[in-house]
Amino acid sequence: MTNEFDVIVVGGGHAGCEAAAAAARTGANTLLLTHKIATIGEMSCNPAIGGLGKGHLVREIDALDGLMGRIADKAGIQFRMLNRSKGPAVQGLRTQADRKLYRREMQRELLNYPNLNVIEGGVEDLISDERDGVSSVRGVITGDGVSYYAKAVVLTAGTFLKGLMHVGETKTVGGRVGDPSCEHLSDALRRLGLRVDRLKTGTPARLDGKTIDWSKTREQPGDEDIEPFSFMDDKINVPQVLCHITATNAKTHDVIRANMNRAPLFSGQIKSVGPRYCPSIEDKLVKFAERDSHHVFLEPEGLDDDTIYPNGISTSLPADVQDAFIRTIPGLENVRIIRPGYAIEYDYVDPLEMRRTLETKKVENLFIAGQLNGTTGYEEAGALGLLAGVNAALKAEGKGREFTLDRADAYLGVMIDDLITKGVDEPYRMFTSRAEYRLLLRSDNADMRLTDKGTEIGCVGKERAAAFSEKKRALLEAREKLKKIGGTPKELEKLGFSVNKDGARRDGTDLLAYGEIGWDDLAAVWEELKGTRKDVVEQLEIEAKYKGYLQRQEADIRAFRKDEALIIPKDVDYRKIGGLSNEVVMKLSKVRPETLGAASRISGVTPAAVTAVLGYIKSLKQ
Amino acid sequence: MNDTIFAPATASGKAGVAVIRISGPQAFKVPERMCGIKNPKPRYASRAVIRSLDGTPIDDAIILCFPHPASFTGEDVVELQIHGGRAVTAAILEQLSKIDGLRPAERGEFTRRAVENGKMDLTAAEGLADLVDAETEQQRRQALRQMGGALAEIYEKWRGELVRLLAWQEAYIDFPEEEIPDDVSESIRNKIIDVANEIKHHLDDSRRGERLREGYLIAIIGAPNAGKSSLMNKLAKKDVAIVSSTAGTTRDVIEVRLDLNGYPVVIADTAGLRETEEEIEAEGIRRALAKADEADLVLQVVDASAPGFETEFHDSNKILKIFNKTDIAAVSPTEGFCLSAKTGAGIPELLEYLAKRVEDAVSVREEPSLTRLRHRTALEECVKSLEDSLKASEIELAAEDLRMAMRSLGKITGQVGVEELLDVIFKDFCIGK
Repeated sequence: MTNEFDVIVVGGGHAGCEAAAAAARTGANTLLLTHKIATIGEMSCNPAIGGLGKGHLVREIDALDGLMGRIADKAGIQFRMLNRSKGPAVQGLRTQADRKLYRREMQRELLNYPNLNVIEGGVEDLISDERDGVSSVRGVITGDGVSYYAKAVVLTAGTFLKGLMHVGETKTVGGRVGDPSCEHLSDALRRLGLRVDRLKTGTPARLDGKTIDWSKTREQPGDEDIEPFSFMDDKINVPQVLCHITATNAKTHDVIRANMNRAPLFSGQIKSVGPRYCPSIEDKLVKFAERDSHHVFLEPEGLDDDTIYPNGISTSLPADVQDAFIRTIPGLENVRIIRPGYAIEYDYVDPLEMRRTLETKKVENLFIAGQLNGTTGYEEAGALGLLAGVNAALKAEGKGREFTLDRADAYLGVMIDDLITKGVDEPYRMFTSRAEYRLLLRSDNADMRLTDKGTEIGCVGKERAAAFSEKKRALLEAREKLKKIGGTPKELEKLGFSVNKDGARRDGTDLLAYGEIGWDDLAAVWEELKGTRKDVVEQLEIEAKYKGYLQRQEADIRAFRKDEALIIPKDVDYRKIGGLSNEVVMKLSKVRPETLGAASRISGVTPAAVTAVLGYIKSLKQ
Repeated sequence: MNDTIFAPATASGKAGVAVIRISGPQAFKVPERMCGIKNPKPRYASRAVIRSLDGTPIDDAIILCFPHPASFTGEDVVELQIHGGRAVTAAILEQLSKIDGLRPAERGEFTRRAVENGKMDLTAAEGLADLVDAETEQQRRQALRQMGGALAEIYEKWRGELVRLLAWQEAYIDFPEEEIPDDVSESIRNKIIDVANEIKHHLDDSRRGERLREGYLIAIIGAPNAGKSSLMNKLAKKDVAIVSSTAGTTRDVIEVRLDLNGYPVVIADTAGLRETEEEIEAEGIRRALAKADEADLVLQVVDASAPGFETEFHDSNKILKIFNKTDIAAVSPTEGFCLSAKTGAGIPELLEYLAKRVEDAVSVREEPSLTRLRHRTALEECVKSLEDSLKASEIELAAEDLRMAMRSLGKITGQVGVEELLDVIFKDFCIGK
């Protein structure tokens, strides 16, 4: 039978691409079903990959041999390291991406991926059965009535489930401009008992770059010394371009305020919640009424494309109002609007329904990732997709293996834990401040943190595994060298390093901990350090700089992992645990945390309740 | 935690009434099985006969039931007001221990449950313990204030301030392209300095609150036979130390607690100071000097009829010279007090002076005082982290130190979550584009 697979991935967005590739890499015979092959890898909103926290996620995807980092390196037209003036743990790589290049490279990759089949078809229903009261998914049915069967299904339908777009008073059904919505799949999810709710997001108008007066805007150049996303790439071959910045003014705000009654967000037409982090311009005017100007970043959508993405003025105001307010902005007086901005409402599945593997707790073999999980952002989607893909493949394998990451492993682990223990009340976006072990979870060591785990579980290919083991060898060698160099304060003074005259010997790592001493300074004295790989040098410098803080975090992590290791049985009946208030019983029964640590992070669960749960687990074991 | 606990809430011994308290999920089994009361009316005093499990009457009593969460511990609580005889209490406790799921409470377990169930914070619980222990009027005032949340309030205020500062700093880190005013980092620095200074000021209170809680310590020292023990007895108005005219009688430190105008005072009588070869006496002298070091005030007693050996102290501010035996020797000193411990002449003047001095040192002030070493340690940690944060080379390290500072404050009262931070970030800044 040609329509039977190990894993089916529904949706060809950023979550779907990573999920399909990851499942295939992990050894599953995988099918990617998408309503249109031509839009696989489409960047529906801003033409950029990375950013603070998000750049970290891309590196983590890459460390697990995912696609996003390598594709972004092939499509990036302006690379910038954000926060370059701040420390290494909080720097974030971001690139403007050529929309067409990105799509083309992603499609080229997936259409030639071993173990992966790509078929066009819009999925409208799930095939499921029930054994001993437990539902399981067996396959999917497309709108044309074709059935596909698989041992595991990953849904990554983005904003397409009952997508409804708003431009002023006009409402259009669809998952993205020009694309249909998926009207029945969320009903299938509800039928299986999953909690489905509505969220909202938005995008600004697109502008014709030929009609912009660039002389009235400020140039924003990219980095000269470009650092690629992927650990496998050492340089970028795509031509680099400039971005421009302009800003709204009092006139802009007057036009918007005069038409606020026609804004779907405030007229009551849109009821669902959007992300605080990308508010629409009308939202900003209401929340920050005292500000008389907001930045507008004019981002190019491609090398041979004049379309400009005006980052900062996402809106769902009527088209004529958009036209009027955009023309008050310096440089945009005579701009032609290619298409207006819009808001979109869509169905999402409450992430409290997920396990750490992104399988739903209620329905076996069903995995959910991306915006459908209540998140926002390509990078968040890609990372979740990858983890769901690997786990779907492991589920299909049937050996009981699972791939999970915790808060001390990766940003991906932080994100999943936040989603499945706290749920969402707005689309979830990654920030570095969400990671309590931020100094450890860095971009530079994403491979050190994850690649071996990926190799062990089977989602890292041979080529990367080999490259990584060579890097590890080089790192180890350099560490050994650092231990052997150094000297007493007196000896060091003669060599030109001034340190506290306390008589204590300092080795190379100790010296690197001084802000003003870098690798090159050491290499100037100790010849053997010369010729060390750049990425290894960078990592050792950062480790030395953060040393004291990292040691403290490691102690915290040990305590954290102790609670994480206490698994709560799947079928525990919280009503049977004495000493829990009804409220706590309800919360625990809703979230069904998998570990004691996760239980303690649920809001409203008191330390006393956690102790009671611990006592109960222990009594079960005896 | 799923246990139900019980204990007498009143002191043991004969009394008109004794109270037994029961707390936990099985608490309401007690009125049901011992008094025949099912579904008790909340917070209603019912009169009933308490019976043993086999039905024999034990006592005629008042039963009060508090369903969770509106109770002292936040759990189901039952209070039995029984007749306060030893046999009655013992009989009821014995029956309680026979009910399945009930066990005697451990020390402090009721309050601990109240804290764990969020009925009070740690400082309030400590205030409660102090209130129960309060011996003098001023101690009672301080404890009641702490139990009412006065300390928690200032610690929470500082923690709130740090949450806001950290949120600003995080916004600065996470939104580099946003329109965060450039002067933010300078204003964060200044505010960190402000908080650190406020905490230092709070710490720098000469241990006022702790001394009020523990008692103001006055050590009496002096040469053998100078009349130290007689002075102590006069101050304490009862014979506590052995008084004899053989030199070197008080070999260890003897303490009495006094209530001086509502302030708790501990007076310590110590061994006489002199050169000695004898091992036990030398140890007594070492302890006397240690006590003097620890004391808030030292009364150095000098025999006015035979002035001689005197020990010098580093901190002369806390030394008050007492010239004793004015009944047998005339003195006109330029400092200190003249009195006769034997006749009592001069004692009222000394007491009046001491009362004033103690009041100055420990009286309850406008702002609440630190009462425990635990708070002091956490606050000192907090100040250190704040100072580290100001010195940190990178903003993410400064943020990490600020997080530690917040955690130190959290140790005294509560905790901080990431969502709390993000809420502040998005309230204070225009983020997102």
